Amino acid sequence: MIQAPDLPLWASLLVAVLLLAGAAVTLTGSLGLLRMKSFYDRVHPPTLGSSLGMVLVVAASILCFSVLRSRPSVHELLIAFFLTLTTPVTFMLLARAALYRDRMEGREDVPHDDA
Amino acid sequence: MMRRLVPYPLLAIGLFGMWLLLTQSVSVAQTLLGGVVAIIASHGMRLLRADRPGVRAYRPLLRLAPIVVADIMRSNLAVAKIVLFPRRDRVSSFVRLPIALQSPHGLTLLALILTATPGTMWLQFDRVRRELIVHVLDLVDEEDWIRLIKRRYEALLIEAFDS
Repeated sequence: MIQAPDLPLWASLLVAVLLLAGAAVTLTGSLGLLRMKSFYDRVHPPTLGSSLGMVLVVAASILCFSVLRSRPSVHELLIAFFLTLTTPVTFMLLARAALYRDRMEGREDVPHDDA
Repeated sequence: MMRRLVPYPLLAIGLFGMWLLLTQSVSVAQTLLGGVVAIIASHGMRLLRADRPGVRAYRPLLRLAPIVVADIMRSNLAVAKIVLFPRRDRVSSFVRLPIALQSPHGLTLLALILTATPGTMWLQFDRVRRELIVHVLDLVDEEDWIRLIKRRYEALLIEAFDS
């Protein structure tokens, strides 16, 4: 980060706020992962990091590098696009695996195929 | 003619745009190179014999996009609130959602929307009964929730993919 001193004050403040907000949202999501009781509840909070948390960090990056290079830097939007498209696949795989296991174990609190 | 030259136009346009974004340049050389890569890649896709997305109308998708973005942001705050200030009376539950949408691509999009939104999670689609199993973190009223999903997302997806 050699160029960082060139960032004007208003931009550094804004970038810092966006980054910290993104980190806080992601941390909240991780906290939820820790605190929720069941597997199916636990799958939900980490999506905070891959949605709002990610958007805030991407916005900070766009702002920071657009100001530094004095031209729009928008290729970070690809991160937002592909992350939104691909993380649900992993979440679904995990949840499907859990559902399969719970059905095999004959648990009553999960929906069954022929219920 | 156009179809033979560029078999998957949407994919080719997407790849071309991605190329320009990644190289961060619109010079003649990069534009040509990106175009060639996009066309070759879309021919590669033809070898995979992938189904075409079959989008019948783009307008409903354009209308859907801001709704989804707004809902994802709102759900973020709602789930953050649940994590930071847990409520005793919160009920999380599986919901069976009868679905009228036919197109597999439309269903894929619905799966992505529901799962990318914090608080809802797509688990299974029953092809025979045409029913979704969705897990909801904070379920207040099941009937209301089903109506909301059908009206907010499914109606637009049916317009875009099925009609």
